Amino acid sequence: MALLDILKYPNETLKKISEPVDVFDDKLIAFLIDLEETMRAGPGGVGIAAPQVGCFQRIAIVDVSSKPKIKHNGCMILVNPEIKTWKGMKVGREGCMSVPDYTGNVIRAEKITLHATNAQGTMIDYECEGYEARAVQHELDHLDGLLFLDRLVSRRTDLFKRVVS
Amino acid sequence: MTTWNMLTLVGQDKPGIVAKITMALFDAGAQLGEASMMRLGGNFTIMLMVKSDQSIEQLKESIASVVEQLQLSSSFQPIEAYLHHHEISDTRITVYGADRPGIVAKTTEHLLQAGFNILDLTSDVAGEESDPIYIMSIEGIAGEDPHDLDSAIVQIKADGVNIDMTTIDIMIG
Repeated sequence: MALLDILKYPNETLKKISEPVDVFDDKLIAFLIDLEETMRAGPGGVGIAAPQVGCFQRIAIVDVSSKPKIKHNGCMILVNPEIKTWKGMKVGREGCMSVPDYTGNVIRAEKITLHATNAQGTMIDYECEGYEARAVQHELDHLDGLLFLDRLVSRRTDLFKRVVS
Repeated sequence: MTTWNMLTLVGQDKPGIVAKITMALFDAGAQLGEASMMRLGGNFTIMLMVKSDQSIEQLKESIASVVEQLQLSSSFQPIEAYLHHHEISDTRITVYGADRPGIVAKTTEHLLQAGFNILDLTSDVAGEESDPIYIMSIEGIAGEDPHDLDSAIVQIKADGVNIDMTTIDIMIG
């Protein structure tokens, strides 16, 4: 096991689009172990994507189970993930291990469904909502070279919900 | 010696204030830091960290023609400042109600007594001119005892305003 170095923006490689995984072997499993360890070592880290450690493959891990009183799927190993449906929108505050010392508001879908393969290549369907859905969308953005900085909305945006009468 | 100064600037809002002021500072070799710029009551306001090895008199001179042309009022103040030392708000409080004297003073006094540290406050007067409403959004760091903040919220409500408190749950990915 080893902690991997986190790439930090303005490292432009974070803007690269990652390639699908097509080989499911011991090397992949060893990488996933290191990636998960690196995620857990980060301050408050509940998710990580492979490009954040310089591996440009479509791999992410999300585990929000440490947060109290929220629905979650436990530790999600997401290889070649694909979001199938999006529902609702909500503004929330995000930060990123690849963008230290900054947090900002981002609009994300409240509920999503997705599928991804696990470390062994078995396809699994997931339903996520709230905080977990936000984390998944944040990590999957990394696979397409997007940072939360690409989706910032004004800090004043979420002050009041507009009531439509 | 290179030091930080806070530029405060205000004037009747018109296009070009930001571009012309910051270009003048750029031309003078100054480095800009954190900033807050917004229109308040028809005026455009700037609070801007400016780092420079020039004296305040030289900085004033560098923006003098823009200040005169756009009829702005400005001042530079030396500050002890650091970048990369952000405090992270953990609580957002929104307050609104019929506008009347004392909303800000009473609300923030109750929050102070609860150990709440305000990091960001914006407010607006909206509604009809004849029947204005005051809307305020506060972000900051709650004190150690959450019960103190809960009782402050009750007291603020008793002053006759609507108040909502939410935890800012930051997702770090």
